[in-house]
Amino acid sequence: MSPDTTSTTTTSTTDLTTDSADLAGELFAPGVGAQAGPPTTPAAGTGSAGQASPGAHSHGGAAPSGAVPTGSPAERFTSLDPDAFGVPTGREETWRFTPMKRIRPLLDGAASDAHLTWVTDLPEGVELTSVDADDPLLKGLPEPADRLAALARQRSDGAAVIRIAAEAQLDRPVTLGLSGTGSDEVVWGQLVVEVGNFAKATVVLDHSGLARYAGGVAVLIGDGASVTLVSVQDWAPGAVHGAQYDAVVGRDATYRQVVVTLGGDLVRLVSNVQYSGPGGSAELFGVYFADETQHQEHRLWVDHGVPNCRSNVKYKGALQGEDARTVWIGDVRIRPAATGTETYELNRNLVLTDGARADSVPNLEIETGEIVGAGHASATGRFDDEQLFYLCSRGIDAETARRLVVRGFFADVVQEIGLPELQDRLMRVIETRLGALPGLEEQPVEQAS
Amino acid sequence: MSVDTQAGVSAATPSTGSVLEIRNLHVSVGEGDDAKEILRGVDLTVRSGETHAIMGPNGSGKSTLAYSIAGHPKYTITAGTVTLDGEDVLAMKVDERARAGMFLAMQYPVEVPGVSVSNFLRTAATAIKGEAPKLRTWVKDVKAEMTALEMDPAFAERNVNEGFSGGEKKRHEILQMRLLKPKIAILDETDSGLDVDALRIVSEGVNRTRAEGEVGVLLITHYTRILRYIKPDFVHVFVAGRIVEEGGPELADKLESDGYAAYVKDSNEQASAERAALEVGSA
Repeated sequence: MSPDTTSTTTTSTTDLTTDSADLAGELFAPGVGAQAGPPTTPAAGTGSAGQASPGAHSHGGAAPSGAVPTGSPAERFTSLDPDAFGVPTGREETWRFTPMKRIRPLLDGAASDAHLTWVTDLPEGVELTSVDADDPLLKGLPEPADRLAALARQRSDGAAVIRIAAEAQLDRPVTLGLSGTGSDEVVWGQLVVEVGNFAKATVVLDHSGLARYAGGVAVLIGDGASVTLVSVQDWAPGAVHGAQYDAVVGRDATYRQVVVTLGGDLVRLVSNVQYSGPGGSAELFGVYFADETQHQEHRLWVDHGVPNCRSNVKYKGALQGEDARTVWIGDVRIRPAATGTETYELNRNLVLTDGARADSVPNLEIETGEIVGAGHASATGRFDDEQLFYLCSRGIDAETARRLVVRGFFADVVQEIGLPELQDRLMRVIETRLGALPGLEEQPVEQAS
Repeated sequence: MSVDTQAGVSAATPSTGSVLEIRNLHVSVGEGDDAKEILRGVDLTVRSGETHAIMGPNGSGKSTLAYSIAGHPKYTITAGTVTLDGEDVLAMKVDERARAGMFLAMQYPVEVPGVSVSNFLRTAATAIKGEAPKLRTWVKDVKAEMTALEMDPAFAERNVNEGFSGGEKKRHEILQMRLLKPKIAILDETDSGLDVDALRIVSEGVNRTRAEGEVGVLLITHYTRILRYIKPDFVHVFVAGRIVEEGGPELADKLESDGYAAYVKDSNEQASAERAALEVGSA
């Protein structure tokens, strides 16, 4: 367990909240903090071009013991060419938490025709189509940021495209049920969600079954549009899922992403957000629940490059069982042009048993003092004994008390999905994993003895 | 006219009456060489219908007594017994003690994020009663008690103690006592941090429970202020981990005018005498 591991470019406090532009300005005083290092250049031929951060950012003041550099270089290296990244060894900053043996098939890049089974529900105003690899649409997507994502883009040889018409108001969510068929071959996939100006939509990617899946997802959001993307990883045991999710948020557009990772052997999702015009808003929510031997890794990168945009990140995870492992990396960058930015990110981890380990690394780089606010908070801890005592002192047995608290911990984020049926299903999965805490309506008789 | 002798007997010895008996209770905190004895032989009997005030200066061990009886894991019982109607309370787990009829209103109630008050109350009531209360009557009961404690109905949807003011936390404790109907209620400095209005509201809640006649109350307090609202039957002066004087309500008046100074001085002299004896003994 790594309690309160926090890394900030400018401070070593665990829970930094920068409420005023004044403080941000102070933080960005000359010689303090971010962007002190040389620009990162792609170094073709080396194993980790652009991935490591040799002095690319510095930690102001004394870093807390246990703090680690996040490998958030001034400019991220991106490329369409998988070989430009070299083959990761596991020593690179972006791969150092990942069990390389288990993710290896997604990095080897063997071509395959394997696919997931799609079950789709497309409301009126939504078109599902596909484009070839040379389609201009794909040229305009944000580029892959690691070898896995570059392989997914290249090997998928084109993309599936969901188009939501401008000004569409969907009467129900777009649902893609994506299930693995149990094949050992890697499924390579690329999905593009194109949302027209002023449209309002919710898109659910519901992953299940057994697969080795490398799937890129790009969400292109038109001006004034409002999109919620829900990605559920309810994979069968043994599944491996690696992906890069990109969102390009248009002028005055709103993007909400809810990531729910419950199943699979290894899930590693990289979620990137950039803004193509001012006034955009992005909210990134996540819950994850790792049982024994599961590895769940969520890496976020919110790039504020235009004025007056907002971002809010809230990820909560719980771990139980031997070798349950979660990793959360939250990088937020506020570039000099991004005046009026407001950002906050929060990660909470609840370690329920011995033998589980959570890493949590928030990283905030502020390059302008003219912001509304910027902050982050990260905490990893045990179940609180005082909470347990309090609940038990009211007659509630320890197991029920524990489940009550953990259920509340998750419900806090799951309710952000906004789809009651899906929320209920996910809470049921979580409750089953916790040992079936009954709903209050059907609370059984619990005898004292 | 025939007389039901069975009924006569049970009327003479009420079967609903409960008794909490604390005998020679010694409690310490910490382990090994760091262990520190806080309670040094407490004897106390609390019966249904009685209200006992335990008064003492800061650091005398009043709260330790409350938490030890409730089973907080921080405290180690090194000697003595606690029984409720003859059952060994110290052998029970924390939740078992509550289900046996013990209740502790805490001085510092704990925040439980993500768990609503209504969910918490119903789960607790279900555990205590052994079955889920009927939804309709339950909602009515909760509403009535909240109204009596002048609590906003929206309170029920908030998370347990999260962002509550000091007064709201204490009202929430008394609300639980009202709904869970314990045999023995220990109120640990329920009056601390309350303004006059909140003190009155909370005291009235306690008095409603007392008026029902089936609860024994152990009221732990530093100040005599709350005793103007809740009249104790017995007052115990608690100093340096034990009861040093006992009396009726008049003892509280004496404490109000004289303070604890005399008792603390006595206790210090006694403690140093004991230490001296111990040193002689071990030499």
